Amino acid sequence: MSDPVLELDHVDAAYGPFRALFDINLRVGAGEAVALVGANGAGKSTIARVASGLLAPTAGAVLVDGTDLTGAPPFRFARAGIAHAPEGRSTFASLTVSENLQLAFRAARPRRDVAADLDEAFTLFPRLGERRDQVAGTLSGGEQRMLALARVLVLRPRLLIADELSLGLAPIVTAEVYRVLTQVRDAGTSLLVVEQHLDHALALAHRVVVLQQGEVTFDGGPDELGELSATVLLPAGAPSRAETAEAAETAETAETAEDPAGGEP
Amino acid sequence: MQLLEYAIRGVPTGCVFALLAVGLVLTYKTSGVFNLAFAGQAYVSAIVYYELRKELELPLVAAGVISILIVAPLIGLLLERVLFRYLRSAGSMAKLVTSLGLLIAIPEIAKLLFGSETRRNPPPLWWVRRTDEWLWPEGATFVLDAGQVATILSTVVVVIGLVVLFRATNLGLRMRAVVESPRLAELSGVDSERVSMAAWMLSSVLAGLAGVLVAPLFASLNPFDLFTLLVAALAATVFGGLTSIPLTFLGGILLGVLQAVLAGTLPTDSVLTNGLRPSLPFVVLFLLLLFRPGLRTTRELTDPLASVDAPPPPPAARARPPWIATSARVFGTVVSLIAVALCWFVLDSYWLGLAISGLVLSVTMMSLIVVVGMGGMLSLCQAALAAIGAFAMAQVVAGTGVPVVLGLVVGVVVAAAIGALLAIPVVRLDGVYLALATLAFALMFQSIFVPLSWVSGGAVPITVPRPVIGPLDLSDDRYFLVFVIVCAVATALVVIRLREGTTGRFLQALQTSDVAAASIGINGPRARVVAFTIAAGIAGFGGGLAAIDLGQASYEASFPYLIGLVWVALLVSAGARSIQAAVLSGLFFFLFPALLDKLFALPGNWVDTNPDAPSWVAGIADAIQPTWAQSVAFILFGIGAITYAKHPEGSIEAQTTASVNAIVRRVEARNDRHRVAAGAGGSAP
Repeated sequence: MSDPVLELDHVDAAYGPFRALFDINLRVGAGEAVALVGANGAGKSTIARVASGLLAPTAGAVLVDGTDLTGAPPFRFARAGIAHAPEGRSTFASLTVSENLQLAFRAARPRRDVAADLDEAFTLFPRLGERRDQVAGTLSGGEQRMLALARVLVLRPRLLIADELSLGLAPIVTAEVYRVLTQVRDAGTSLLVVEQHLDHALALAHRVVVLQQGEVTFDGGPDELGELSATVLLPAGAPSRAETAEAAETAETAETAEDPAGGEP
Repeated sequence: MQLLEYAIRGVPTGCVFALLAVGLVLTYKTSGVFNLAFAGQAYVSAIVYYELRKELELPLVAAGVISILIVAPLIGLLLERVLFRYLRSAGSMAKLVTSLGLLIAIPEIAKLLFGSETRRNPPPLWWVRRTDEWLWPEGATFVLDAGQVATILSTVVVVIGLVVLFRATNLGLRMRAVVESPRLAELSGVDSERVSMAAWMLSSVLAGLAGVLVAPLFASLNPFDLFTLLVAALAATVFGGLTSIPLTFLGGILLGVLQAVLAGTLPTDSVLTNGLRPSLPFVVLFLLLLFRPGLRTTRELTDPLASVDAPPPPPAARARPPWIATSARVFGTVVSLIAVALCWFVLDSYWLGLAISGLVLSVTMMSLIVVVGMGGMLSLCQAALAAIGAFAMAQVVAGTGVPVVLGLVVGVVVAAAIGALLAIPVVRLDGVYLALATLAFALMFQSIFVPLSWVSGGAVPITVPRPVIGPLDLSDDRYFLVFVIVCAVATALVVIRLREGTTGRFLQALQTSDVAAASIGINGPRARVVAFTIAAGIAGFGGGLAAIDLGQASYEASFPYLIGLVWVALLVSAGARSIQAAVLSGLFFFLFPALLDKLFALPGNWVDTNPDAPSWVAGIADAIQPTWAQSVAFILFGIGAITYAKHPEGSIEAQTTASVNAIVRRVEARNDRHRVAAGAGGSAP
């Protein structure tokens, strides 16, 4: 079997003292669409960030096409074909729409292809074409999301990481976004889709990975998910490792705080 | 027709403004730093060029290439690598304070490296040694000298080059993207590190070029003139909205032309001409900041991916156990009493005088606590407000013969009133713009009002007698010391009362979030005006005390605006919210250079008394000069400000917090052991 496009091998990650991921193993094969689902704070976006190099793992390895890129700057990931549309606002507010697009195209393409790519992006998203000279900061939320998507799509990446693309969008726009993602998948691009809307994600994905409290608790086909699908978005019932550690710490501090009072009769 | 000729005469000056302003815009656009240290970088290149061209007599091209294309970008690279790359996601305030520290430190470092002797008649960037050796067109009524021709040519080339860079090249686009979000740029496949290094090198080349070109305008080379000129050029920068290169260029030219036209048309030796002409750029800057549309609404662009960084450590708990607070107070009082006793009985008049000046300065420093630390407004005009207090007091005392102490009160009132008038428009500006507006005010005050005799007394400063209170004649430094201590304590109580009171809480809420504070009904501008006014009053008080201390109200000796910038750097690095930091930084400002002075004199003295020391020891001792003291002190003050980004609460406050936490931990651990021991004993029977 050929190397997977992306492989996370026993990855831990943390934000300062706060640990977000515990021993994650994740593979995305060529042409495969993987949905990453879980409750708020489960670590979905952190996996996306580790996979695009934004966050260096504290342990484990990140491999792109079999090449170890652990700890490399994000632009190396981008040049290796990993395109990441981060959640929330992810456009350059001070640049115009076409400058936002050009920035990506010029980094990846010989110069003469840039114009063609721009045209392609504007055909895909005609709204953006109408606003090509407008500063991105003044676009509406949905338009900004389209711009973020257009930027990564037209690059024809090997793997597209889409982080909560539907967040805060009108249902009709969400449907449009997923129509485009389906096209991308059918064109043979690998997908890693972070999503809270299970319906969309399950319809799109070949495989579903469920994340709870920073750990992978399910990895399999959408139909194998079964009744688990009702609970994946809830915070885990059984305390996981993160919770236990946190609880132990809280107990400790509570103890020390109570000590002076407890010492007095 | 006459008017047109005046206008044309203004073009060379306009080009000088434009060049500096465009350089600042480039730095701001490509690094996000409003780089006041631009003047310092320019100064270094100007010195290098001077030494190469005039002392070593290198040919033009060699000297130009080394000073502008090698030394300048290396400095930029150094600054980026060791400093600014860690500040990419820092706020604009932290960046501004850092550049302020660099502005103070860089010229002094250059003086240490290249010698601090006066460098007269800096050579132009042309094939001649003096600007007036080559004139063009020859024999005409209106000629340009070599320096002006070089400046005009360079400015035009630079402006065209930068417009092309930003409009048509990939690098320009990448630089703008990296400033906004280095991470997002990387996701697009851009190597942010390299782009950022390129940006700093490019903007530093421009700083170097500007320094070399502008130097011949002055009779001798010094960093103050360069910085004042830079502030003048800021008017053009603001005209261009901090981003547009063509508009900035136009603004610079307009400013030069306006200045020349005014010089030609206004009646000579009227107050208006003498005051307005040199101060025109500052007036324009001030007005532009207040009235330019769009400037007030530009929000700082934040990195959408900033959340990838680890969250900042939680702020130190303000509430400390009462026993810590009590013992800290007792300890502080004992130390202070011992220090006072030392001053009274041990110090000779030299050190006593310095200690008094330091305490007086700490009163002014407390005004910075109110405005910078509590209000979150980087005011760069506290020295000017202190001067206003001093002048008002001196004029009242000299004019009416009222007691000096009453004069002090008048000084406070006048300074507070002017502070309030200034605050009402200024507090509505955002961080960097407020700093620039107050800087413009300081320079307007310096160039318009200080020369006037009804303000400062004219060329000869007004003398101020030491007050006599009952039987105590404060001419005796030791009595005066006690008087100053009483004043400082009173001021500190006012500051603490304000900090713990409603206004202080409002200000703290506003610093955290303007919008959230407004949503619970806090009137932000009003709280800020109150803080600014009280700070101005305190500055006026400090200024009055300084005048009494010196025996005269002298702007040059006590309140030049650059000294005010050093005060800000010093206080901010010590801790912008703590009284302790204000007192210590005030004392430090006077005592530290004096101590260094003694220290650097030691090796020389030792060699003098030990004539048979080996020659290499004597060599080293000779090389260490007491004149270094001031430079080294200023370098350290500047470097202190650079640490602001890492410890926004200030080094003294950080130390205090750390030691308080350590003590609390230790005591709690001991209590634990006691309790465990007691518990074990109790359960035994």
